[in-house]
Amino acid sequence: MKTASITRRNVNWGNIAISLAAPLVALLVATGLTSALMAISGIDPADAFSTLGSRMSERTAWIDATQRAVPLYISAIAVAIGFKMNLFNIGVEGQYRVAMLTVVAVGTSVELPPVLHVTLCIVAAMAAGALWATIPALLKVYRGVSEVISTIMLNYIATGVLAFLFAEVFAIREEGRLNPKSEELPKSAWMPNLVSENLHNISGFIFVAAALGVAYYVLVWKSRFGFRLRASGTNPTAARTAGIDPKRMVVSAMLLSGAVAGLVGMPQVLGDKHAYSSDLQLGLGFSGIAVALLGRNSPVGIIAAAMTFGFLDSAAPFLDLESIPKEIVVIMQGVLVLTVVVVYEIARRVKERRTQERASRSLDAALAVAS
Amino acid sequence: MKRTRRLLSLVALVSAVSLLGAACGDDTDDTGSDTGGGDTTEQKSEIKVGLAYDIGGRGDKSFNDSAAEGLDEAASTLGLPAPKELSPSKDEDREANLKLLAEGGFNPIIGVGFAYADSVTLVAEANPDITFATIDTVVDLPNVRNNVFAEQEGSFLVGAAAGLKTSSKKIGFIGGVETELIKKFEAGFVAGVKQTSPDSTVEAKYITPDGDFTGFNDPAKAKEIAAAMYEGGVDIIFHAAGGSGTGLFDAAVAAGDGKWAIGVDSDQYLNASPEQQKHILTSMIKRVNVAVRDTIQAFADGDTEGKTVVLDLKADGVGYSTSGGYIDDITSQLDELKDKIIAGEIEVPTSPS
Repeated sequence: MKTASITRRNVNWGNIAISLAAPLVALLVATGLTSALMAISGIDPADAFSTLGSRMSERTAWIDATQRAVPLYISAIAVAIGFKMNLFNIGVEGQYRVAMLTVVAVGTSVELPPVLHVTLCIVAAMAAGALWATIPALLKVYRGVSEVISTIMLNYIATGVLAFLFAEVFAIREEGRLNPKSEELPKSAWMPNLVSENLHNISGFIFVAAALGVAYYVLVWKSRFGFRLRASGTNPTAARTAGIDPKRMVVSAMLLSGAVAGLVGMPQVLGDKHAYSSDLQLGLGFSGIAVALLGRNSPVGIIAAAMTFGFLDSAAPFLDLESIPKEIVVIMQGVLVLTVVVVYEIARRVKERRTQERASRSLDAALAVAS
Repeated sequence: MKRTRRLLSLVALVSAVSLLGAACGDDTDDTGSDTGGGDTTEQKSEIKVGLAYDIGGRGDKSFNDSAAEGLDEAASTLGLPAPKELSPSKDEDREANLKLLAEGGFNPIIGVGFAYADSVTLVAEANPDITFATIDTVVDLPNVRNNVFAEQEGSFLVGAAAGLKTSSKKIGFIGGVETELIKKFEAGFVAGVKQTSPDSTVEAKYITPDGDFTGFNDPAKAKEIAAAMYEGGVDIIFHAAGGSGTGLFDAAVAAGDGKWAIGVDSDQYLNASPEQQKHILTSMIKRVNVAVRDTIQAFADGDTEGKTVVLDLKADGVGYSTSGGYIDDITSQLDELKDKIIAGEIEVPTSPS
């Protein structure tokens, strides 16, 4: 990205080779490290990898992986929007949880025809996520509170507030059921599945996720707003000098990130559970951070990252069934994210040095000619 | 580069958290899979039991371990070949585990914990030929055997013990997560205290609100709450907080003589350190092992009918422990109350007033 203007005129093949080699090297290093870690803890890496390999040949495995990847993708896009302007929205977790209860509240209180009802729910989810993200945005802009701290804290506040509201207002208690549920959403608010085979489903939300990916790309890389966003992220001082209002950028980036975050829980609320309960899938906001890092904030990279995480997550119970410690999945994910970030950083530095050397060489040559 | 450094530290944080999660998981698998040995009868050797634990799995020294104990008992008496045990690392793994067990031809399949309600409903409905079982929840299907406990009754008895033993007339309750299930413990406990010591007060605290399940595994927080209660004059504290309970025991040790703790689920005196044992008055016992064992036994006997089995005082599904001998002087009074509950003379509330 940074060397783009240089390479346009004078193609630097070495740097392109480095860019292409980086993911391969990262994958090799990650595999090596994971194998070493497994060997140390007494797990046969060959056994583990062949079990994972055999799972790759199963159709249902990919259905499950895709189903798990959809919310991870949305979550990672939410995080990436913040990353693009150097904002760390650690609060995706709280934002999507607030949105889940909001959607159930809104969705159960109106009657609408099918498509409209789902649309309303999606809009409500985005609004709720954005609203919850407004708090850290305003705190940062007007009080200089680091968004990292405020969003983490707001996650806890969200948990508490939601638990209270759910228990006091929304929970319907049935005899014999110890985890109460809210009122069920009417069928018109359900998002149908795209694929459904013997309980293995892919939610129709995959289209919403795809649309989000495209919108993210266009907005960040092809629009004026995106240019301002990236400029503020790369060099806030220069951006301010160029007349970009940093406060406005912080607020709009946080709100956008929050709006997308609001959608993270929708595949399960509108597509699967159709109600709010205290045992909904949590932690997606945190996984999204790792997925965004692994996908390097690129809309396509995040697809690969989300699928990798989705596949590994859904492989965990399978490994458990095959009596291979399922914890290796988390180790693989952690190692993968770390290696990718480290290898890409090394690649960036090598490219930078090479570019500098080239520049100084050609400068030397020019000076030699001149003298 | 400031930005890079910030990014790297974030990566490190995320990875550290993930790795920590992996480390806490422990290996849960090795023990159960090889217990099947002598196939006593042909029919029984065909029973492939699938057991899906709740988060924590075998080795949690609490709820799941009690289920594991029941599985081991059944496996050895029936000579079951390789029962399969799975434990979820995430909430969505519960459903995945049940699906894998059903696809793998396991029958019966037991989901341990109330969080399995929805996933058992879904998978059992799609697999009417497989017998499922639940613990702590009720799924109304013809192929599901439900095991529910009368936690309030067992809690009532340890509450009564606390009421008889207290000298400060101040008693504490620490719940792990403020769920409907844990409120049953609180309700029974408070009623028990009031039964034997009407002028005692019970201070009830929960570690986390519903939806944040870390309260079941936060000994540090439990210790903090317990220490504050003891400081305020409370002399006996009952916990229903799973893995957080050790924090309460540590706080009782730190608070010194005359400060007591009451354990939960299993006889916690048996797994406690010698210092802690001096402070564990009794434990409220919930026999999950009996539920699991009986479920498998019933299946082996050909009983695959859907039903709800209530494990109360009458069925000896709940009770109290006497290890340590600290309540030997009042067991006759407690047993009298127990008989009254069984006879229906005392009705124990299931939710706190």
